[in-house]
Amino acid sequence: MFTRILAVASLEMRIGLRNRWLLLATLILAAFSLALALLGSAPAGTLGVDRMTITVASLASLSVYLVPLLSLLLAFDAISGEIDRGTALLIFSSPISRVEFLLGKAIGHFAVILIALLLGYGLTAGVLVAFGGGSLAGLVDFARLIATSAMLGLAFLAIGYIASSATRAPGTAAALAIGIWLFAVVLYDLALLGALVADNGGTFSRSVFPLALLANPADAFRLFNLAALGASDLVGGMAGVSDALPYPPSAALAAIAGVTLAAFAAAAALLKRIEP
Amino acid sequence: MTESVLSIKNLTKRFGRQTAVDGVSFHIEPGERAALIGHNGAGKTTLIKSILGFLTPEEGSISVLGNAPGSNAARRSVAYLPEAVAFQKALTGVEILTFFSRLKGEDPKTVPGLLEKVGLSEAGRRRVGTYSKGMRQRLGLAQALIGEPSLVLLDEPTSGLDPVSRQDFYMLVEEVAARGAAVLLSSHALSEVEAKTDRVLIMAHGKLVADDTLASLRRAARLPIRLRVQGADVAADEIAARLGGMRVNCRSVEIFCDADEKLAHLAAISALGSLVEDVEVTLPSLDDVYRHFTGVDAKKGS
Repeated sequence: MFTRILAVASLEMRIGLRNRWLLLATLILAAFSLALALLGSAPAGTLGVDRMTITVASLASLSVYLVPLLSLLLAFDAISGEIDRGTALLIFSSPISRVEFLLGKAIGHFAVILIALLLGYGLTAGVLVAFGGGSLAGLVDFARLIATSAMLGLAFLAIGYIASSATRAPGTAAALAIGIWLFAVVLYDLALLGALVADNGGTFSRSVFPLALLANPADAFRLFNLAALGASDLVGGMAGVSDALPYPPSAALAAIAGVTLAAFAAAAALLKRIEP
Repeated sequence: MTESVLSIKNLTKRFGRQTAVDGVSFHIEPGERAALIGHNGAGKTTLIKSILGFLTPEEGSISVLGNAPGSNAARRSVAYLPEAVAFQKALTGVEILTFFSRLKGEDPKTVPGLLEKVGLSEAGRRRVGTYSKGMRQRLGLAQALIGEPSLVLLDEPTSGLDPVSRQDFYMLVEEVAARGAAVLLSSHALSEVEAKTDRVLIMAHGKLVADDTLASLRRAARLPIRLRVQGADVAADEIAARLGGMRVNCRSVEIFCDADEKLAHLAAISALGSLVEDVEVTLPSLDDVYRHFTGVDAKKGS
């Protein structure tokens, strides 16, 4: 069982390395995070707050946009691509179960994202330390950012697998993946914001809104990271919300894990019904 | 008697109102090379996918060495090469075979040997994107040979291959069968598998319309032999009158006869002496045999 899962996972990593996908993802993360760290820290210099912490606060917002996109782009081809190439017939006629296959894909893709995050954000942390802007607390913030970004990535991998096995065609799956990204990181927040304004402190704001933040892994991620940084003083906005919520920030992490598990279960159920 | 590698009883598979496979039964024994012939849409791929357990039949049963299709035991003993498979272009032949060895629980150490067997030792370290169609097909076959399977299913393995590659491909199939594996390969032309298989199964409209050796099928079809007599002069009418054949143009006459009448006809032709310039004897082609069997079914089915 483990050999088969590892076989799928290591092949997926190899493909990620071979087609320079990993390189591209790392470069994107490194470029954006360096830009934010170097340009964004200029005005914070006199505030007396750790430069790394400030950077991590901006990087959390960057992760909300980039990590789900990278994950969905990796995941959309996972099942639909194998069906399209005809390799799904070969793989599923060998003694591997559909769940093992899905787990293997997820581990391989997760490893690619984790490596890209470690290299991309790690480079930024390294640059900050090298220029004397680092501290132990700041490094812990960085580690937390990378770990939770990886969690966010895993959640959107699972959501991407749903798109991939529901459509069974790479083109449609890619379009659906982009649609999911747009909805989760842009439209969802806009809709919540609109509803909050319209509701003006009514039942929606008090009972539905906090749960709606948990239901979307992107929002839950932002909520947890900004709360953990104590960043409401630094960046305001969404982060200020966390003080008024009826649950501790760690509930946001549990929510991401819950959504991930549910998405995996749905993807596995869809995959089991496929006649390759 | 040894146990059948594959035994199919009264298999029926429908897609909505369309019956793709209709009451098919046959057995395949170890070491046998069977060809499954039928035109596009005759139900060959549906049958193969049912054997693999991807499709659940409405009626009938399939047993692979006594196991249910798609069960782990069955999957371990069956190897499969689909009709159109495109391996990841970025990977090398070695990487792909290593991957499938691991999936099948076999030692990846056998990979170099497999590549050598299909003539890809040198190309093994190159990316599949650089392979020719014949090389990709041979890589697919190498994949199907991992772990010495008992049943090898090849879905139109030679379509699109040039004659030399096809010849090489059948040599490999022969080796596999010689080792004791049963091979079931599908093709849309009987002429493609000539002399390369022990047994021919012909499918038409989802039904199995013939199941025998090629020689027996030829005999059973009782297709006429065609003798084409070319006159030395413009004497086709006279030749036609004396031999009882049909005039096709001003110089040639065609006679159709059964195999056992052939010699008598040839004797009559040679008796005409200088009137005849040439005789051409045409045996029924494999395509004629195929058309005979599938045509019979069309009449019955309507």
